[in-house]
Amino acid sequence: MSRLSQKHLLGIKDITRQDIELIFETADNFKDVINRPIKKVPSLRDVTVANVFFENSTRTRLSFELAQKRLSADVVNFSASTSSVKKGETLLDTVNNILAMKVDMIVMRHASPGAPHYLAKHIKANIVNAGDGTHEHPTQALLDTFSIREKLGSVEGKKVAIIGDILHSRVALSNIFALQKLGAKVMVCGPPTLLPKYIAQLGVQVELDVMKALQWCDVANVLRIQLERQQIKYFPSLREYSLYYGITKKILDSLKKPIVIMHPGPINRGVELSSDAADSPHAIILDQVENGVAVRMAVMYLLAEQVS
Amino acid sequence: MQKKLILDTDLLDITLSRLCQQLIENHSDFSETVILGMQPRGVYLAQLIHGKLEKSLRKKIDLGFLDATFHRDDFRRREIPVKANETRVPFIIEGRNVILIDDVLFTGRTVRAALDAMIAFGRPKKVELLVLIDRKYNRDLPIAPDYVGKTVNTLASQRVLVDWQAQGSKQNKIWLINQE
Repeated sequence: MSRLSQKHLLGIKDITRQDIELIFETADNFKDVINRPIKKVPSLRDVTVANVFFENSTRTRLSFELAQKRLSADVVNFSASTSSVKKGETLLDTVNNILAMKVDMIVMRHASPGAPHYLAKHIKANIVNAGDGTHEHPTQALLDTFSIREKLGSVEGKKVAIIGDILHSRVALSNIFALQKLGAKVMVCGPPTLLPKYIAQLGVQVELDVMKALQWCDVANVLRIQLERQQIKYFPSLREYSLYYGITKKILDSLKKPIVIMHPGPINRGVELSSDAADSPHAIILDQVENGVAVRMAVMYLLAEQVS
Repeated sequence: MQKKLILDTDLLDITLSRLCQQLIENHSDFSETVILGMQPRGVYLAQLIHGKLEKSLRKKIDLGFLDATFHRDDFRRREIPVKANETRVPFIIEGRNVILIDDVLFTGRTVRAALDAMIAFGRPKKVELLVLIDRKYNRDLPIAPDYVGKTVNTLASQRVLVDWQAQGSKQNKIWLINQE
């Protein structure tokens, strides 16, 4: 198999384990490419990609743009804050206008869950979901699992705890799907108010005590507290959250075995992760960022095969 | 499907020895020369030649593998996509002589892509091409080999099959296949 089963990357839920493995094998080669003195290959020189961001983003957008440029694609950027969306244009109109300018692929971030799925039904171009509300963030899950595979040799059979604001996190959902498809055991951990009510139905373990989660896991993927999505107060104060759920170097050192610390960024230092833990040798946070470019190159390269 | 043997194991061994002698004639002690095997199938040939050269010169020679998948000009134009392989060039090719090795030279498009891919590792002083089988009269690009194992006249519809022991075949053999 050297072709993806899907025309779009809307979510990890829709792709197969074979797809994920193909993306990883391709990303291995792209990681090699981006570590060369000349970091560019000409594969996508006849493909135009639009990065359509209806929501703020720094690293995802930068990572996508670098990936596109290293594949020699033509790139146009669009952000909602400076566009006609403010004048009342619909999503479909906006995207169709971009496509009328002969764009082949759309990378989209949107605050509404399902927005890329809706688009996929109505337009011809390939779509990469770069995050849709609290639903999925497939490339983040791919780069997280790719980083685990790189650090620990494989994902199969590993115990991964996702700790923090699970309720508002698209990274958590995509990670759960990706980890389960690759054969890992998954636990979610956080204050009860930040855990979705029926999360256990996805086949994950639920733990409220962060110490127990850390003792159980091989890898801890620590998530940010997404204050911007929290309209009501889910916990008394950041200080209290940090006291009960914050991970410090001291806690990591007290564990019987070394564990891997991951974070999708941006880190709130001193809240979910202390500075000494984030900068410790346990953390592979910057490797995740590097792998992000390689994984996104692989995704777009493989999707471009299907550009008509 | 008709299968015709082009090179059997013994003849192949003689051919490889001859190619090595030609290489030594032009590159003497290989101090300024590196070998790059082209992925996926040129790698086995490169390993065989590299082994023979190291044995007869009694010294280490740089050997790398080059994958040109991302530099191909037929991306998105093929029925079955090509899968990328590992590129391993653990040395600098800047200012050195490079011998590119592939098993079969057909349209020349893979070689063009490989030349493109190679530049990412520096500007070589000189590049030469060694192929085991040169399928004459089938070139799409003005590319000619410097060292040839055997030249065969083939039709575009025919296929050259190279069996490598290193890839699980019983013996190293080369076949010409007539496709129905």
